[in-house]
Amino acid sequence: MQQTNESRNEPILSVANLNLHYGDTHALKNINLDMARHQVTAFIGPSGCGKSTLLRCFNRMNDLVDSARVGGSIRFNSAEVNEPSTDVISLRRRIGMVFQQSNPFPKSIYENIVYGLRIAGVNDKTTLDEAVERSLKSAAIWNEVKDRLNDSALGLSGGQAQRICIARAIAVNPEIILMDEPCSALDPISTLKIEELIEELKSEYTIVIVTHNMQQAARVSDVTAFFYLGELIEAGGTRKIFTNPEKKQTEDYITGRFG
Amino acid sequence: MEHEHISTVFDIELNELRQSILVMGGKVELMIANSVKSLVDRDTPLAERTIALDHEINAAELAIDERCLELLALRQPAARDLRFITITLKIVTDLERMGDQCANIAKRARELNEDPPLKPYIDIPRMAHWAETMVKEALDAFVHGDSELAVKVCKDDSFVDDLNIQIQRELLTYMIEDPTTISRAMKLNYISKSLERISDHATNIAEMVIFMVKGKDIRHTIA
Repeated sequence: MQQTNESRNEPILSVANLNLHYGDTHALKNINLDMARHQVTAFIGPSGCGKSTLLRCFNRMNDLVDSARVGGSIRFNSAEVNEPSTDVISLRRRIGMVFQQSNPFPKSIYENIVYGLRIAGVNDKTTLDEAVERSLKSAAIWNEVKDRLNDSALGLSGGQAQRICIARAIAVNPEIILMDEPCSALDPISTLKIEELIEELKSEYTIVIVTHNMQQAARVSDVTAFFYLGELIEAGGTRKIFTNPEKKQTEDYITGRFG
Repeated sequence: MEHEHISTVFDIELNELRQSILVMGGKVELMIANSVKSLVDRDTPLAERTIALDHEINAAELAIDERCLELLALRQPAARDLRFITITLKIVTDLERMGDQCANIAKRARELNEDPPLKPYIDIPRMAHWAETMVKEALDAFVHGDSELAVKVCKDDSFVDDLNIQIQRELLTYMIEDPTTISRAMKLNYISKSLERISDHATNIAEMVIFMVKGKDIRHTIA
């Protein structure tokens, strides 16, 4: 492996001069941003600012949108994500994703977690059992579901289902977990549990989270990036952004003066 | 035992804040004891060290203020957490003023040590001991959320006030009898007043602790 490129100091994701158009709409305008390993980076900004679009660039989810055209560079461990030769399946295994609406498959809890591994050809019972326990523990939901792994995942509460989705993402050993509004359908206590989970996960994974909830960005992230109308207005340490941002637009947004 | 937050990081941050107030308070207690000791023992180098320690108190004030602002911005605390952090902001101001008063005492001690002692120092060390105890108990009450101890601190303040009046009266008699004592007596008077101010700051802290624990503001209600 390219050990030197994956040293801890190198950014795990490096975005340079990234532009994205949906048809005639210029959705991302010349974005430059590095994301550090084992940190939580939060994207904030009003609806339509491009934060989810950028998140979806990282594992090429925008390939699924016909009108999307991407220009510029995204380097993941120094390898170019936008290269046509990039193995997108492998990319999405290494950069997992958790969505706004928890979307457990209509299968048992156990089968939800091992789904990715089975697709990758893993069928050894012991390996799968271990992956289930490890992933559910990492997602802080093992104790709640360990006695009913064969029950349908559709019977879980919203907060539990979301943690199952995080466990499912973890099961295939990703390096980055992208979270697109992971708590916006959850009650405040379930939200705090997910936030606590994010705090625990960052020792092993790098997390990028899109959130409409600015306070959530303040609570969970190390770095916050503020987007507006497709532009990256300001990115910096979360403490700095939420106590004394550089740009007036950022200040106006986080203090609720526009948006 | 208080329930912990779901966010363990927030618990850790609050504990660190509590600890940093205790460390700052410990330094202030040391300054109170040493500023008066430098007078009683005529130990000018100790006075110098005490004056120097005030820089650490000032630095602690800035650091704790900054931390409180960050926690308010990042954690959006509610109810008792909100009271704890806003009160920490105020306590820091009181502690910093105490540090200033101690530095002033040490400066007067440095001057007084140049001249023969006016009289044996008895009531001033007593007062310093009371003031130091009040600070210690006010901070203990803060850390443990002990409103009864805080009430005791508020009551002890009147004893220190009485001592201050007694010392002033005594010094006045010296000055009336012998005007050559005026310069020294005024400096001792100033030290006594500083100790009285320190115990007022300790009382402020105790009053805020009662507010933090009970959610009830008792300032300006005790005669």
